[in-house]
Amino acid sequence: MSRESALVSAQWVEDHLETDGVVVVEVDEDTTSYDKGHLRGAIKLDWTTDLQDQVRRDFVNKEQFEALLSERGIANDDTVVLYGGNNNWFAAYAYWYFTLYGHQSVKLMDGGRKKWELDSRELTDAVPTRERTSYTAQEQDHSIRAFRDETVAAIGVKNLIDVRSPDEYAGRLLAPAHLPQEQAQRAGHVPTSLNVPWSKNCNDDGTFKSDEDLTALYAGVGLDDTKETIALCRIGERSSLTWFVLKELLGHQSVKNYDGSWTEYGSLVGVPVALGDEPGSADQVRA
Amino acid sequence: MCGATEGGLSLDGVNVAKEAVIQGQVTRDGEAVGSAYVRLLDRTGEFTAEVPTSATGHFRFFAGEGQWTLRTLAPKADPVDTPVKAAVGSVAEVAVAL
Repeated sequence: MSRESALVSAQWVEDHLETDGVVVVEVDEDTTSYDKGHLRGAIKLDWTTDLQDQVRRDFVNKEQFEALLSERGIANDDTVVLYGGNNNWFAAYAYWYFTLYGHQSVKLMDGGRKKWELDSRELTDAVPTRERTSYTAQEQDHSIRAFRDETVAAIGVKNLIDVRSPDEYAGRLLAPAHLPQEQAQRAGHVPTSLNVPWSKNCNDDGTFKSDEDLTALYAGVGLDDTKETIALCRIGERSSLTWFVLKELLGHQSVKNYDGSWTEYGSLVGVPVALGDEPGSADQVRA
Repeated sequence: MCGATEGGLSLDGVNVAKEAVIQGQVTRDGEAVGSAYVRLLDRTGEFTAEVPTSATGHFRFFAGEGQWTLRTLAPKADPVDTPVKAAVGSVAEVAVAL
């Protein structure tokens, strides 16, 4: 995987809005954004209802994912182009999700909805209809998904990249600052995790920085790319964006997204937590 | 949209006593800008959050105590930086003119 195969520009998408076999999909944190206007021909996936199990805290299972994509008219051989608001947080999450279930051709639109809007490109409120398909998903690829026990075991052993803002990492905020701060769990971060805010991957207009800049960013914080890496944030969507950078743009071999992230880790009983701006020590685990 | 709506964003449903709210409105020549993006940068200039403005040009953040900067991006406009101080239990109202 590389920048050329995983990422497309807004201009490329505009040029392919009517191309057979290309399905443009909007996924937003604000699930009403699509309804206020979207790319012509784009369909919507709602991350809260379409991509999350409505009872357990987990993803929809393979059969549910197959039913969803079949109903929305996405075929196995379609090229799925994802875009969304908030600098593609949830579009990157959907990219990782499609990859988890083995979709062959999936791409992210560089800059997402913000870049498209700042370019003053066309938005429409016309909702397309697509013929139903018979989609077949693969079993989840757990080589890109980390769970909590693996994350605890990774302290002081693997690269842990916490992509939240510095104030969330340090424990001064519990959630991104556009959301209310009331949460049940503890504040702080996984000891030994490095804080590389997702925003350092991006330019102000939401497009990704160059491969050279990204390589320098992670080298500069001391990420050892010979080790496995686990990315985490609060609920696993911002860390999907960093997973995309490390795995898809920079081609690191073993990168996982911990989708349970801080909302799970920060609620666990007995696990070590570090406060403040420093990564903290693995000694807390063994004490 | 015919002119910017006077007055701040409604705080219905927000527990102001527990939050350090920063909110305001983006305008251009007195007209609300509903297609802007407002970024919240921390005291070191690091990105912390970003919201698109509403149809009436309004935006809101739930920050922490201290000094912040709002950076406003909009089509056909240079970015505008606005310093703001936030405190728990208060609402910092910010007017951003492009």
